[in-house]
Amino acid sequence: MKYKLGTMAVAGLMAASPVMADLVFPSLSYRTGPYAAGGIPFADGYADYFTLLNERDGGIGGVPARVLECETGYNTEKGVECYESTKGEGALVYQPLSTGITYQLIPKATADDIPIHSMGYGRTSAANGDVFSHVFNYPANYWNGASAAINHILEQNGGDISGKKIALVYHNSAYGKEPIRTLEKLSEKHGFELSLLAVDHPGQEQKSQWLQIRREKPDNVIMYGWGVMNQVAVQEAANIRFPMENFIGIWWSGAEIDVTPAGDKADGYKALALTAVGSDFPLYDDLQKYVVDSGKAAGAGDQLGTVPYNRGLYAAMLAAEAVKKAQEIHGVDDITSGMMRDGMEALEITEEVMAAAGLPDFGPTFSVSCANHGGEGMVAVTQWDASAGQFVQIADFAPTDMSVIQPLIDEDSAAFKAENNIESNCN
Amino acid sequence: MPEQFLWTIEVFLNGLMAGVLYALVALGFVLIYKASGIFNFAQGVMALFAAMTLYGIMNGQVPFAHLINAVFGTEVHYFGWNLPAILSIVLTMVVMILLAWLVQRYIFRYLVGQEPIILFMATIGLAYFLEGVGDLMWGSDIKTLDVGLPQGINLWIDETTFNAFGYGFFIDNLDIVASIVAALLVAGLVIFAQYTKQGRAMRAVADDHQAALSVGVSLNFIWILVWSLAGFVALVAGIMWGAKSGVQFSLSLIALKALPVLMLGGFTSIPGAIVGGLIIGVGEKLFEFLIGAPYLGGATENWFAYMLALLFLVFRPQGLFGEKIIERV
Repeated sequence: MKYKLGTMAVAGLMAASPVMADLVFPSLSYRTGPYAAGGIPFADGYADYFTLLNERDGGIGGVPARVLECETGYNTEKGVECYESTKGEGALVYQPLSTGITYQLIPKATADDIPIHSMGYGRTSAANGDVFSHVFNYPANYWNGASAAINHILEQNGGDISGKKIALVYHNSAYGKEPIRTLEKLSEKHGFELSLLAVDHPGQEQKSQWLQIRREKPDNVIMYGWGVMNQVAVQEAANIRFPMENFIGIWWSGAEIDVTPAGDKADGYKALALTAVGSDFPLYDDLQKYVVDSGKAAGAGDQLGTVPYNRGLYAAMLAAEAVKKAQEIHGVDDITSGMMRDGMEALEITEEVMAAAGLPDFGPTFSVSCANHGGEGMVAVTQWDASAGQFVQIADFAPTDMSVIQPLIDEDSAAFKAENNIESNCN
Repeated sequence: MPEQFLWTIEVFLNGLMAGVLYALVALGFVLIYKASGIFNFAQGVMALFAAMTLYGIMNGQVPFAHLINAVFGTEVHYFGWNLPAILSIVLTMVVMILLAWLVQRYIFRYLVGQEPIILFMATIGLAYFLEGVGDLMWGSDIKTLDVGLPQGINLWIDETTFNAFGYGFFIDNLDIVASIVAALLVAGLVIFAQYTKQGRAMRAVADDHQAALSVGVSLNFIWILVWSLAGFVALVAGIMWGAKSGVQFSLSLIALKALPVLMLGGFTSIPGAIVGGLIIGVGEKLFEFLIGAPYLGGATENWFAYMLALLFLVFRPQGLFGEKIIERV
């Protein structure tokens, strides 16, 4: 009897309440586990941006945003479980935050008509939207990163690096191996000598690799590291007194936490960046007012302006802009994931859009199309200032060598298309 | 002298140093296994927990600050003190002794006489529990541990070898300190086990715990003592490894480096842990230098260490220094 009464009460309540539409953004976060130090600020930035839009603007186009956080611990199986358990909530877009999870979700999300945004990670050739209809990896991918590093070295050397020795220190995983082909092609083009140094997971012991660097004396070292590998590499580079200004990491090796354990010796280390650094942007005033001061911040509010926080904030901002575009295209505010995909495919990030979001020059300008889901691949360069305890942007967002990258994207995506019998998305 | 020969010597020396660091982790496993037959899966996490606690005490971090703030709406993070490293190490040891008591009082007291696999499973549970408590207590950010250990190239060795051979050897100052600390630690443990009443009682329990019980040795006390000693070894390992990479979650994975050392040196021998560490360190570094990097694409150290250990196991299952297993049927 009690059960029946309870059921009736709940049913009555549901019937009486208006159906509240919301825009659901699952956040596949990793606040625990070996990579939590980077995962927490990203998840905070992602959540705080949507909180700000809700508090300040009443949502996006009048529809409130709801962040649905699910802890993956950076574990692929848990990531897939998170996807399965949240997709039914009306998920609009997934940011898998792991290359392993991204690979697993590509066929699932495509079948479910839910877009994936793998920003600066995941399957690089997903930039070909003709093959990967539901995967987007703007504003830049791993291969853009490799080219950006070489471009920076070219700039340091007056445009000529023939005969130079460049070493790639990489995480011995699918992720770490991503830039190898691009760098090999670039080495043919520019005439530099490339040496490859793999570091096994997790990367706590790298003496062999850095002794080799000490012996071979490369002019520059590029790093595709992750987690503890980054901190140890920077420390070992300092130990062998490798000039830090010639040591450049991909954006996954470019957060404050990667350099602080080495102290002052990390001064001058460089990293590629997807966003600008620091918190000197108009949006941060609103974040402080509407989110932090009102006690609605996702974390303790002490991560604002850090590299991973800014990246999370930027990912959320791009998602919100895609929602606006989808609302505009379809003429409805409460959009579906399919409409979100359309919005992402028509996304255009201009200087005006960035300024209107309170983030002028925070990220590169780019546009997405059916064929190009990766944008223009513009990347910035930052450098660690140990005395100030922060990264400083030393080069603006600049284009990468698409004459080398595009054929690689075409080749890899064509193979995937043939293997999986995929029909063209852009016909 | 030919360059290749000098480089090989340099790699050999660095292998020895790396081996000492592996042995530091392996020692903790040996202590507990020898006295209680428990393979302590949580040893790596204990190193992480000890290093986090040391950092927290040194920097006046409020334990469970995030939890306290979330529950009570407060904004407390630091006590506002900075303690000297030595005092912090002593206080951390007090925490590790308390942990040893808790582990004995609430876990292993109820598991006396159980199968080794049950005890092993209990340590897996302990590892995950400690990981979570450590995160909650001290936060999961990467902490820079500065207890004044020197790091970077030893210039004296660099210059001396350069003057002698025309090539300066790289030896990390931190590795030299780790070697000295490891030597002192082993000497201290041997002296403790041989010349103190508690040490002799510990050995008696290790030999035959029922016989030790019958002559009045308290099993509870000995287990707490052994877990405390393992906690101390974990603290030393945590300091050394934490100085290299910062104190972070991945410190718990250093246990993986100790396993081949244990397989090779034996689970019950302190000298075995040291010699095993040195063999693994030198073996993996030389293999990487001579074969791995030039012919196999590099990153061979992890699997080669296990392969080397397996090779030893085939010929000597109890490890180099382990006690020979004799079972009467």
